[in-house]
Amino acid sequence: MTVSNNAESELEPEVTVDGHRVDESPRVSDEVKFTTCYMCACRCGIKVHFKDGDVRYIEGNRDHPVNRGVLCAKGSAGIMHLKSPARLTKPLRRVGERGAGEFEEIEWEEALDLATAWLARARATNPHRLAFFTGRDQSQALTSWWAMQFGTPNYAAHGGFCSVNMAAAGLYTVGSAFWEFGEPDWEHTRYFMMFGVAEDHDSNPIKMGLSRLKERGVKFVSVNPVRTGYSAVADEWLGVTPGTDGLLVFALIHELINAGKVDVEYLRRYTNAPWLVVDDPGAADDGLFARDNEGRPLCWDGKTDGLCHALDPDVEPLLKGARPFADGRTARPVFELIAERYLDAQYAPDAVASRIGVSAATIRRIAAELAHAAFSEEVIIEQPWTDWAGRKHERMIGRPVSMHGMRGISAHSNGFHTCRAIHLLQIILGSIDTPGGWRFKPPYPKSLDSLPQPSGHPEDVSPNSPLPGPHLGFPRKPDDLLIDDDGTPQRIDKAFSWEAPLAAHGMMHTVISNAWRGDPYPIDTLFMYMANMAWNSAMNTAETIQMLTEKEGATDEYKIPRIIYSDAFYSEMVAYADLVLPDTTYLERWDCISLLDRPISDADSANDAIRHPVVTPQRDVRPFQDVLLDLGARLGLPGMVDEQGNPQYPGGYRDYMINHERRPGVGMLSGWRGANGIMSGTGPPNPDQLQRYIDNQGFWQGEIPTEARYFKNVNTAYLDYAYENSFVATRSPIILQLYSEELQQFRLAARGHGPAQPPEKHRERIETYFDPLPFWYRPFEEALEVADRFQLHAVTQRPMAMYHSWGSQNAWLRQIHTSNRLYVPRILAQSLGIDDEDWVWVESRNGRIKTRVRLMDGVNPNTVWTWNAIGKRAGAWNLAEDSPESKEGFLLNHLIHELLPARESGYRYSNSDPVTGQAAWYDLRVRIEKVAEEEAGEAAPQFNPLGKLSGVDERPSILRIGADVTDSSDKRQGA
Amino acid sequence: MHPAYSVIFFTTASGLGYGLLALLGLYAAAGLIPADRWFGITGMAVALGLITFGLLSSTFHLGHPERAWRAVTQWRSSWLSREGLVALATYVPAVLFAAGWVLFGRTTGWWGILGVLAAIGAALTVYCTGMIYASLRAIPRWHNRWVVPNYLALALATGGVSFDALTRVFGLERPESALVVSIVLAASWLLKVIYWRDIDAAAPVSTSGSATGLGNFGDVRLLDPPHTQDNYLQREMGYRIARKHAAKLRRIAVILTFALPLALSLLLLTLPSIPALVAASLSALSCMAGVVVERWLFFAEAKHVVTLYYGACEV
Amino acid sequence: MTGLPTAPSEKRLGLVIDLDTCVGCHACAVNCKEWNTGGYHAPLTDERPYDTDPSGVWLNRIHTFEVGEGESGRLVHFPKSCLHCEDAPCVTVCPTGASYKRSEDGIVLVDEDMCIGCKLCSWACPYGAREYDQDAGVMKKCTLCIDRIYNENLDEIDRVPACVATCPASARHFGDLADPQSHVSRLVEARGGFDLMPEMETQPVNKYLPPRAKGGQAGGPGSDDKLMPAAGGFLAWLDRTLSD
Ligand SMILES: Nc1nc2c(c(=O)[nH]1)N[C@H]1C(S)=C(S)[C@@H](COP(=O)(O)OP(=O)(O)OC[C@H]3O[C@@H](n4cnc5c(=O)[nH]c(N)nc54)[C@H](O)[C@@H]3O)O[C@H]1N2
Ligand SMILES: Nc1nc2c(c(=O)[nH]1)N[C@H]1C(S)=C(S)[C@@H](COP(=O)(O)OP(=O)(O)OC[C@H]3O[C@@H](n4cnc5c(=O)[nH]c(N)nc54)[C@H](O)[C@@H]3O)O[C@H]1N2
Ligand code: SF4
Ligand code: SF4
Ligand code: SF4
Ligand code: SF4
Ligand code: SF4
Ligand SMILES: [Mo]
Repeated sequence: MTVSNNAESELEPEVTVDGHRVDESPRVSDEVKFTTCYMCACRCGIKVHFKDGDVRYIEGNRDHPVNRGVLCAKGSAGIMHLKSPARLTKPLRRVGERGAGEFEEIEWEEALDLATAWLARARATNPHRLAFFTGRDQSQALTSWWAMQFGTPNYAAHGGFCSVNMAAAGLYTVGSAFWEFGEPDWEHTRYFMMFGVAEDHDSNPIKMGLSRLKERGVKFVSVNPVRTGYSAVADEWLGVTPGTDGLLVFALIHELINAGKVDVEYLRRYTNAPWLVVDDPGAADDGLFARDNEGRPLCWDGKTDGLCHALDPDVEPLLKGARPFADGRTARPVFELIAERYLDAQYAPDAVASRIGVSAATIRRIAAELAHAAFSEEVIIEQPWTDWAGRKHERMIGRPVSMHGMRGISAHSNGFHTCRAIHLLQIILGSIDTPGGWRFKPPYPKSLDSLPQPSGHPEDVSPNSPLPGPHLGFPRKPDDLLIDDDGTPQRIDKAFSWEAPLAAHGMMHTVISNAWRGDPYPIDTLFMYMANMAWNSAMNTAETIQMLTEKEGATDEYKIPRIIYSDAFYSEMVAYADLVLPDTTYLERWDCISLLDRPISDADSANDAIRHPVVTPQRDVRPFQDVLLDLGARLGLPGMVDEQGNPQYPGGYRDYMINHERRPGVGMLSGWRGANGIMSGTGPPNPDQLQRYIDNQGFWQGEIPTEARYFKNVNTAYLDYAYENSFVATRSPIILQLYSEELQQFRLAARGHGPAQPPEKHRERIETYFDPLPFWYRPFEEALEVADRFQLHAVTQRPMAMYHSWGSQNAWLRQIHTSNRLYVPRILAQSLGIDDEDWVWVESRNGRIKTRVRLMDGVNPNTVWTWNAIGKRAGAWNLAEDSPESKEGFLLNHLIHELLPARESGYRYSNSDPVTGQAAWYDLRVRIEKVAEEEAGEAAPQFNPLGKLSGVDERPSILRIGADVTDSSDKRQGA
Repeated sequence: MHPAYSVIFFTTASGLGYGLLALLGLYAAAGLIPADRWFGITGMAVALGLITFGLLSSTFHLGHPERAWRAVTQWRSSWLSREGLVALATYVPAVLFAAGWVLFGRTTGWWGILGVLAAIGAALTVYCTGMIYASLRAIPRWHNRWVVPNYLALALATGGVSFDALTRVFGLERPESALVVSIVLAASWLLKVIYWRDIDAAAPVSTSGSATGLGNFGDVRLLDPPHTQDNYLQREMGYRIARKHAAKLRRIAVILTFALPLALSLLLLTLPSIPALVAASLSALSCMAGVVVERWLFFAEAKHVVTLYYGACEV
Repeated sequence: MTGLPTAPSEKRLGLVIDLDTCVGCHACAVNCKEWNTGGYHAPLTDERPYDTDPSGVWLNRIHTFEVGEGESGRLVHFPKSCLHCEDAPCVTVCPTGASYKRSEDGIVLVDEDMCIGCKLCSWACPYGAREYDQDAGVMKKCTLCIDRIYNENLDEIDRVPACVATCPASARHFGDLADPQSHVSRLVEARGGFDLMPEMETQPVNKYLPPRAKGGQAGGPGSDDKLMPAAGGFLAWLDRTLSD
């Protein structure tokens, strides 16, 4: 919608107050356009004001479901994103050596021909030879589909280094996840616990939520080694030692179970707590659910005192007692196994307190507070509902305890199990998707059996043909892994192999290293989009740079022969590409925030949105999505060309957003479907759809019926709604999985059962880490032999005002974090003779860096930390070569190795969670030491400065933003 | 506070100028020195020249020197405005007095009244200058009752040594002037020492606790400034001088401004005229150099309470 | 024309900043810059924006402090802009009358057409709320978004300062502190709002709300320090529960 502001006001005289002229009612803008922010992945609605053709002001859209009018620091700096002198302006072909930053500007036609030639060759010979990985993108619905049509198994986005532990643990347990797929019931919760969050993707919603809690006087506990940001405003800060959250959660569970503070009814009805687990050590089905002939899980019915299938609506299941079943063997209810495990003295608060770094008394008190909030402060919403079994409930009774966790949990090698533990804690309190609890956002929850399996088995890949299914999925048994008969990984990143069986988001952090090593095979072309893999998203940066530039023996061919990269700015990665495809910025293109991707729904509505070009780029750049579809058409990829071989979407991404259908009726956008735009959710394409979005301020909001808003996983009204909107394939309830039979399937394979078994070298690892109930183990790096030398944990945090590496080219954001410091616990620093602003060496098993320190009190005594991605390579981002970003700023990434040390077998696992392959950034262990006096003054390592890039603007020496768009800009002339 | 050279130059030069003007006005009006034309030209040119140069230099650091005229409009509340007004007003008697002296060779009678008025104007201007600083509560070391007396005393002292030297150049020295100068020097030395003692002993006025209002929760320490690079406020108000450095500079200031000139002035009482001229000139030069150091310290040692938001714990 | 208004203004418009909810996100600072760089003070210049020592004019800045030690220690994010003091020394020192406090609503402004850039007001302000724009040669400061709060081109609901509208945590409140019934006055009353550096005798209009007590506060009144083991052990308890 285009609103033009009241133009008459120009004529209004300025008011004179106290003898001074002040224009109290200036014309704000000539035009306002609504679109979606992409200064980060939160995707808030924005109102962009234009004056005299220039962007004058960007503010939050009050009507938008994500941000309701607020805007963060990054979003408010959007103008400077548009004006950045680091913007790419022209397609580039490398002419110098990789990394030198020497390019020639070429025309798009040439660039696309070149890319097509490289890609066509890989596709015609061996599609494996293309690795297509995308970073911070928001177009995974398109990019994954493109890669599928191309036929390479080597596709993923950044989830593997980000938060696959959260995603996988959530999906395997509750059918949804923290991350962006659920949220606390901010309006009703009475007790909120946050684990390891500094900022998160829901940047604005979390802040808005926390302020609601404050208004209502609700207690907020933050579990985090560092007390900044959210933790600073928490009512209680638990400064845990990194990697120990699992122990804390088990201690809480221990206390709760011991006191009988669990929601027995909830467990019996909506979880697999009563399901019977076969207790027959050595058998092929040991640890699987006891099932009837039809394969339905069994439980013991208290009413009939006999076996009954667990989803029988009339069953009154028991939660304890070994029971005979079928062939006379015994089986035990899941909950009994849970009670047994967590009641064990090893999980008592006293046993774990010192390791966690939180006193036993505090742990006991938190458990009591949780119990009190859950069971004495029930929230009741007068809303009848019907559960999956047909039981009618007069009202919705909630256990108002909610939790949220993110990368503080995720980025550890024990993160999958820890995240499952947190879900388990929420489940035994009976709080999942109840009023006041943690709520699902549509299209989630989804049951595991409705989720796809990964494609990319040996038989799935052949020249010039598409992959039969999506790349990423959720393996349920060893057969689902992408391995060949010897167990060799099929993907370049080794996702879905024995090394990381549930790597549901791929393992982007291993791609360059594996491709360089040719393990499991060499590749031909690395195609990347929006990922700064030569810098802050790489582990082991210096060596990664080496890998990108190393040549094959004496030949002139690089080990990774061709690199195509799309970026919008002169990032470090650009310098390593052979072909650079310059992208637009978020205000200059069509984009689709689709329910098929990472959605922007909230717990009460399914939402999607678009971006549309509100600014016309004045550079020779093209939206990457258009380019991708163009390449697809040039390559003749199925779905991208019609029968005659002409482009299927000649109108580019815009065309695709309207007309592409995944399945009949299911397209990129859910709003205004069908010929007249009267259908929502599903329906035929509507040529007018995007205009309808624009008219509705760029988004669509599909409200969930009130009756369907809680207990979604087991609420008939919701299951019907989800089915009708094509979010789920069946109307079956989604039973919460305390005990994971899927994990047990892998464990059984390790124990010698079934056709697909792990090779010897992986056997023990699978046996250990595929425990069907959550357990705790020391993060890998801490358990290494060298660990003794490195006693400190080192982690990073997201600064709220910066987005990864790309904030530094923004003149306003940059001023907030021009460089970073290593924050060191004051007591520790004093013991090492280190003072504020001193320079120190920080050493890990992978090398050392030199940084400057700042002492602080609010940090776990064994932890040092810094802001993420502030350090920059000299010359990158078109910043002055000696800018503080490179001279004082630093990355911890140089210290983090992408591999663990060799095992006895010589095998080196990646530095990841053994279940999901999640990059274990926060396992890092270091030691620090004051530098010799003559070494102070500059961060190390320093890399050769990147040269000035062809085509980028000159850096202005002064900015007078707004001077030209105001009526009173001639003020300065007055005397 | 950042010691800006233009401001140091302005205050020291105009201080000297006003001191000299006052002494010329009073001495000449009282008929204690003859209305010698060349001495009149030189003395009044030096005094008015320094004053004018100082005033002009103070406009150099303005963002909009062309609007400087506006600075005299707020005399009802602003000491800077008052200073400007009084300074301008002082020109009237001063210039007329100079004219009388130089053109008509008259410095007494009605002309003498102009001299007295110029002296009063000079004193008032320096008083206003002092008050500009003394009125700033946000800079406790300036918001101090000894600041104005110090400004007055130092203007008189620098004016005095120059007066003494100048009269000797023209052989017009008064027998008691070295004594008067010595007394002025001793008094201003005393005042400076009192000022330093006072600021050194003063209890902090504000703390990071009162600046943030969080003092009752415990000790308040800055963790992160708003921006990683220094901003205008830090550059302007955040100047810090090491205690050791300051102590050394204070000693230098004392020697140059007071001790050496005082010793030389006392010596003058016994010296024949040629060596006395050399001594008086040395004394004047030393005093002027010293007062620059003194003024630099006056800024450098002054702490602004805004620094409490940038890492200082108390001011 | 000179000095402060002789009588207290009828309205005392200002901000109330809640240190208990401010998460230190800098949104208010950047949005303030964005609004004002094209507004009343246009532009808020940035010097050397992409070089070694970038320095810009900001009317609002976020500091971070640590307070207290050990168990009672805390970290406080601390936004600071002009407090629109009742007895504003920045106004009385101003030699030109460029600095003034509005008699109708108490807002302290700089008239850029009159300012000579002598910087004296920035020396006089105890709070660091004045920002010299080297390039423009004039002083700039928070205007309380004078060109928003009365702006008839904006919807009524948008007539609040940019920093208030944008704050994701709702840590900033705008209103009339002279009116005891206003939302802001009631917040100050209820939460013990305080002045910064009262010893400077500036009588700031803006107030700060203190962080609330940490740690001890339980999940709700009535929760215990710890849970009692279920009588007879957990399994016996389970039996009892299921047989009910
Ligand atoms: N030490 C440490 N390292 C980490 C992490 C950590 O916590 N600690 N976190 C990890 C995690 S979770 C992640 S997700 C990664 C993120 O790391 P990356 O995915 O590398 O993220 P960015 O640095 O934002 O880089 C994205 C690139 O996209 C470019 N870009 C921006 N806008 C556009 C656009 O519109 N179009 C195109 N084509 N390009 C654009 C930017 O210029 C930039 O080069 O970092 C990882 N690295
Ligand atoms: N402003 C901004 N927003 C962003 C991003 C950005 O770069 N800037 N990046 C986006 C991306 S890609 C991601 S993945 C998300 C990530 O969002 P967050 O999950 O908030 O990411 P981190 O900053 O990595 O925060 C991790 C937190 O965990 C803590 N932590 C570390 N180890 C442990 C531990 O063992 N236990 C506990 N309890 N805490 C621990 C750290 O101190 C830190 O506070 O943010 C997204 N949002
Ligand atoms: S959180 Fe900020 S940067 Fe991210 S989308 Fe929202 S406004 Fe934009
Ligand atoms: S926007 Fe709000 S939460 Fe963020 S720094 Fe400003 S006051 Fe604090
Ligand atoms: S905060 Fe400073 S600038 Fe604002 S009114 Fe008070 S003294 Fe003046
Ligand atoms: S800088 Fe401008 S506003 Fe400030 S005191 Fe000087 S003239 Fe007045
Ligand atoms: S009121 Fe306006 S000018 Fe003042 S800090 Fe807030 S946004 Fe900036
Ligand atoms: Mo991420």
